[in-house]
This record gives sequence, C-alpha cells and structure tokens, in this order.
Amino acid sequence: MTRKQKRLAIIGGGVGFLTLAVLLVMFAFSQAIAYFYVPSDLAKADVPPGTRIRLGGLVEAGSVKRGDGKTVTFTVTDTLGQVPVTYTGILPDLFREGQGVVTEGTFVAGSSVFVADSVLAKHDETYMPKDVADRLKAQGVELSGKETVR
Amino acid sequence: MIIELGHYALVLALATAFVQAALPILGSRLNDRALMELASSAAVACFLLVAFSFAVLTFAYVTSDFSVRNVWENSHSLKPLIYKISGVWGNHEGSMLLWLLILVFFSALVATFGRNLPETLKANVLAVQAWIAVAFTLFILLTSNPFARLIPAPGEGKDLNPILQDVGLAIHPPLLYLGYVGFSVCFSFAIAALIEGRIDAAWARWVRPWTLAAWTFLTAGISMGSYWAYYELGWGGWWFWDPVENASFMPWLAGTALLHSALVMEKREALKIWTVLLAIMTFSLSLLGTFLVRSGVLTSVHAFATDPTRGIFILAILVFFIGGAFSLFAFRASRLKAGGIFAPISREGALVFNNLILTTATATVLTGTLYPLVLEALTGDKISVGPPFFNMTFGLLMLPLLFAVPFGPLLAWKRGDLMGVAQRLFAAVAVGLVVGCIYYYVMNGGPILALFGIALGVYLIVGSLTDLALRSGLGKVTGNVAWRRFSGLPRSAFGTALAHIGLGVTLIGIVAVTAFETETVVEMKPGMTVDAGGYTLRFDGMRNGSGPNYSEESGHFTIMSGGVVVADIWSSKRLYQARRMPTTEAGIRTFGLSQLYVSLGDQISEGGIVVRIWWKPMILCIWGGTLFMMAGGFVSLSDRRLRVGAPTRAKRPKTVPVGAAE
Repeated sequence: MTRKQKRLAIIGGGVGFLTLAVLLVMFAFSQAIAYFYVPSDLAKADVPPGTRIRLGGLVEAGSVKRGDGKTVTFTVTDTLGQVPVTYTGILPDLFREGQGVVTEGTFVAGSSVFVADSVLAKHDETYMPKDVADRLKAQGVELSGKETVR
Repeated sequence: MIIELGHYALVLALATAFVQAALPILGSRLNDRALMELASSAAVACFLLVAFSFAVLTFAYVTSDFSVRNVWENSHSLKPLIYKISGVWGNHEGSMLLWLLILVFFSALVATFGRNLPETLKANVLAVQAWIAVAFTLFILLTSNPFARLIPAPGEGKDLNPILQDVGLAIHPPLLYLGYVGFSVCFSFAIAALIEGRIDAAWARWVRPWTLAAWTFLTAGISMGSYWAYYELGWGGWWFWDPVENASFMPWLAGTALLHSALVMEKREALKIWTVLLAIMTFSLSLLGTFLVRSGVLTSVHAFATDPTRGIFILAILVFFIGGAFSLFAFRASRLKAGGIFAPISREGALVFNNLILTTATATVLTGTLYPLVLEALTGDKISVGPPFFNMTFGLLMLPLLFAVPFGPLLAWKRGDLMGVAQRLFAAVAVGLVVGCIYYYVMNGGPILALFGIALGVYLIVGSLTDLALRSGLGKVTGNVAWRRFSGLPRSAFGTALAHIGLGVTLIGIVAVTAFETETVVEMKPGMTVDAGGYTLRFDGMRNGSGPNYSEESGHFTIMSGGVVVADIWSSKRLYQARRMPTTEAGIRTFGLSQLYVSLGDQISEGGIVVRIWWKPMILCIWGGTLFMMAGGFVSLSDRRLRVGAPTRAKRPKTVPVGAAE
C-alpha cells in the first residue's frame, strides 16, 4: 500500500466507526430514554402502555398501603392530578408521605395504575428531586423542605 | 486565630500562584534562567501554603470548632475521629480545598522530580499548572470560603450526611482527585508544548509517568467509589450510569486512550498532534466532571450545595481553560511536525484502533450525560437517560476493542501479521470457550450471551499471558532460559499484561453478576427460611442497638448450606440523631468471589420484616480486576524507561522513580 492508501484506510475505518456510533446513539435515544411527567401532564399527554416514563410528584398523605408485605401502593399527586402507583420491592429510606418522589416504570394496557419498577431513592433529607421541585414550583405548590422532616 | 492563619495562607498561596503563573513564562521568552527557576520554588511554596491551610481546616474539624461555619454545617462533636477528619472533604468547600491541595501537590512533584526536564519546558509546565491553581484558589476564596466564621458559635454541629460517615469517604475522594487532578500535569505539558511549538518523543516519555500515575489513581478512585456505593446504599448495584459516575468515568476512558497514544508517540514519533489533543481533552473532561458534580446542575450525594454563583464561576473556569486550550491547539498544532507513517495492521494501527474506540465510547457517554441537560435548557422537556442507553451504545461499541486487546501487544511495530497473531491467540480463544462452556454448564444454563461473555473475559486473560509466554520463548527454549528471559522482560510488559488481565477479570465479574444474579424480595418472620445462591437463610429476629450518633435496628440471619450453619449476617437500618435521617446498612457475606447481600425494608406486624436478598455470583471479580489494573499501573511506573530522570540511556544509577513519590 502507498502512503496515501494507508492514510485513507485509517481515515475510512475511523469515519465508518464514528458513523456507526452516531447511528447507535440515535437509535438508543429513540428507544432507551424515559420522559419525565407529573400526574397532571398525563391527562394531556397520551402515553401509550408499555412506554417507560418517569412519574414524579408528592406521595399523597394517607395513600400508602402495603399489600402482602412487599407490594406497596400509593398515590402520586401534583395537587392537580393523581396517579395510583404500585411497586414491589423495598422503598428507599427517605420515602415518606407528603414528600417528593420519582418513580420509573410503565402503564399496563387497560389500567390506569402505574407499575413502577424503581422508586428513586434520595441521598439526603434536604434533597427534593429537582425535576419534581421545578414542576411543583411552576404549579404554585408550596414545598416543605427539611423542616417537615424533623 | 489559627483559622484566620489558614485563610491567610490561602491568600498567600494565591499570590504565589500568580507569580508562578506569570514570571516563568516571561523567563522562557527572555531566556532568563533566574525567572524560569523561580517556577520550582514558587510551586513548592504554594504547596506548603495550601497544605498548611488544609491542615488548619482539619484542625478545626478535629477540635469541633463550631465557630467555623463549615465545621458547624458538616460535623458533630460525637462523630468518631476518622469521620471528623474525612469530613473535611465531605462538603463543598473542603472538597474544593482538597482539589486544590492535590493540584499544587502535583505541581510541587513536577518541580521536585522534573530536574531533567528542559528548563523552558519545565517553566512553562509549572506556569500552566499555576494558572489552574489561580483559578481554583480564586474560586475557593471568592465563592466557597471554608474558613468563614459563625458568631456566636453554636454549641453543637449539624452533623455530616450519614451516608458519608463511612471509611469510604476517607479513601474514595482523595484517590479520585489524585487521578482527576493528576491529569492536569498532562494538560500542562500539552499546553507547554503548544506554547513552545515543539514536541518530540522525549516529551511523550516525560508525560507518560504522570499519565500512568493519574490513571492508576483514577482507576482506584472509581473502583473504590463503586464498591462504596454497592455496600453503603443498600440497592445492591455497583454501577448506575449516574451522571456523577460518568463524570469520573469519562476522564478515565480518555486517560486510557492517552496512555496508549503516548506509547505510539514515544516509540514511533507518530500521533503527536493527536496525543496533545487527547491530553487536553482528558483534563477538560476532569474539569467538566468537577463542574457537573460541584455546580449543582445535577442532584446527587456529591452535589453538596446549590449556590448559582458557584456554578457560574466553575463554568467560567471551564470555558476559559477548555476554550483557551482548544484555541491554542487550533493556532499552534500546525507547527508541530507530523510523525511517521505505519501500515493499518501494526502495533501502531492497533493502538489507533484502541484510541478510536475509546474516544468514541467517551463521546457516547458524554452525549448521554449532557443530553438531558441540553434538552431541558432548549425545550424544557425533562428526560432521564439511564442504563439501557449506555448498555446499548457504550456496551456495543466497546465489544470490538475487547476482542482486539490481546492482539495489540502481539503485533509488530510498523507492519504486523494479523493471521500470525490470530494463530498465536488460538489457544486463548479455545481456553476461553471451554471455560465459558464449563461455567455455563455449572450454572445450569442461563442466557447464551453469558457463555460468550465469560469466554471473552478468559480469552483476555489467557491472551495477555500469551504475550508474556511468547516473549520469554516458552516451549521453544529450555525452561531455564525461558525463565531468565521472562524475568528479564521490561516491567512495562508486565504492566501491560496485568492491566489487560484486570480488564478480563472485571469483565467476567460484570457478565456473571448481570447474567446469574438472583434477587428475592420476601416478607419474613422469625424462623422463616429463604433460599439464595445455593444457601438457605434463616431470619432469627430483630435487635435494637445504638452507636455514637445513631440508633439502629438490626436483623440477624443464619446462613446454612445443606442443613449446616456456615455463617451469619447482620443487616440494619440506622437512624442518625442529628439529622433524623435513616440509612440502610446492608449485610454482606462473602463466599469465595461471590456475595450474599441482605438489606432490610419496612417492618410489618408480628416481628416480621420485608427483606431483599441478592445472590451476587463472582461479583468480587469486578473490583478484583481493577486491582490488577492498578498493579499494572504501578509495575509500569517502576519501569526504568519511564523514570522522569532518565530521558536517555545515560548511566544514572540512583534516579528516583516517580512512583516512589506517591
């Protein structure tokens, strides 16, 4: 191979690989990301069953019910809308009624119950999930910070 | 008084850094030796001043001086001593001070051990280091002063976030910063080369030990952080593709690429411009990581405080250094002479392949990490990019590299023989497949991909050993000769093999855990048993206890195998008094390389409790592999070729290896 051909082979291989990577990233973005909603969005947005989304809001006071021990149901609210959620597993340490929460999962066809497979754990008691805080503030909900925890 | 001295020392450090930033460069322009030599003394002085400042803050923490706001906000008089000390960097201000301390520590190391560097290069490198130091000292003094007083002093502190009250905090951040910030030296070398408009193979030889050291520490820091998250959070996961994790992973990927491209540059004088670019990119990603983690744009345990002025300040630093570096690169890169040419199939070609894949993979991680931030800023849509995205993109893209890794060291420089190498690796492929099949059989099936994953890991290990075996002529010469040749191999050959073996070991761990992990969530009452990973767990009941600053409820589990008691596990939930914050202390028991992991949920009636039990097969391989990588890094560092003081083969019997300084 001449010098030019060698260089072309290397550049060609590089460009080919980069194209592949870009395509892969675009495909992954269309498949593997989850949009964030609060309950009142869901009335407007039509989320097809089976699509992974993140649902955030406050855990409605008095709504947490433990089923047969490991399945928990609760209602996520943004004061304008409510969505019932079921979750099987262990809730994060800082999960409390009246506090912010982010759940991830899907709606099952023919049901309005959101089946969560993860409930976002907070690292710190002063931390309200940012997505939730922003949206709730936009809707005029007064946020209780760490004071209510004490 | 002593607190004010610490503050004052930091101001003096700023002044020293200004001197170090300006005069040596002037000296290199005017060819004035005195001005250039100023750089070394200034660097050492700056380090001593920052170290004093850091010691003062540590003193305030140890003596629980709550008149210092930072101590009051993050400490508690009842906290055990080790957490008082590690708490120094368990908050925004203190961690930035640690960042700065490590930065000036590296400058001082360059000043001390870089005696054989050309005068102008050394002066310029230290000046660039000082620019960074100036920026971060200003940041600390203007927006994040750890020495701010609180009058009157409160009687008791607010305590440290309980999740951080762990020995992990004592180890993880310093190691991570040694890596993160260590890349600043490579950055400074790159900028200095651009300023001088001159670069050669010797440059690569000088930079390589710093890259290796930083890379090794970053590996240790990430690995430690991963293990810490695994045992402390109680979620049983070891990597979440969390933006904060990505922030440290991106410099690691770019740094790995840099390590390999510097090799080509050192041996063959090729890829010069690319190596300079990589050095800039690696530290830029470190700075980006610092911005993402410290500015509060991401919410996580790492984002201590969200003060917008800080975010903007770090963003300004980021724009200045990254923008400045790339502009300088654009203007000056053409002055650097391009290096030698090589065939696509060659050692150089393999290393280019490595760089192509690593940088592309870095770019995908970067895209996935920044896309949600960009999208939200542009459209207001909030999305989350989670593990599925990264597994699909990063995972697939890295696959060809894993296949290629054992090929690299076996290919000849300039022009290699791909078929010949493939033949030599035949044994490695065969061993890999056989082990994969055996493991698959032992595990009673499972996803077929797991078989190939394990095979790939074993192939990496055996393939790396093949290189050592071939180089010592095993099988061709007598055992004695082979042994002599083996022990005569350069240390860097062992370093390469160890690091590549580590990659294989980590891969095996990842594959085994992903494919064969079992998770059971179950409601247990005392006396009940559950099976996991071939063991039977019996729940014995709960017990209340307390520690110095928390109270806890612990569940006791007896582990039985075939009816015989083999071990037991305590798993607890703690409530930290000062912050009224609950945490989960998972119970973990190790069996060989596998672990049983028990974490507690909510209590239910009649002494029952929800329990989550994982069986994590071979999980220790994940971190065990990184130990191999670190060992590889240190062994390579001890190679005499890489010693900073040995640019040529000249006889210098007692040069200090840079590794000894750490």
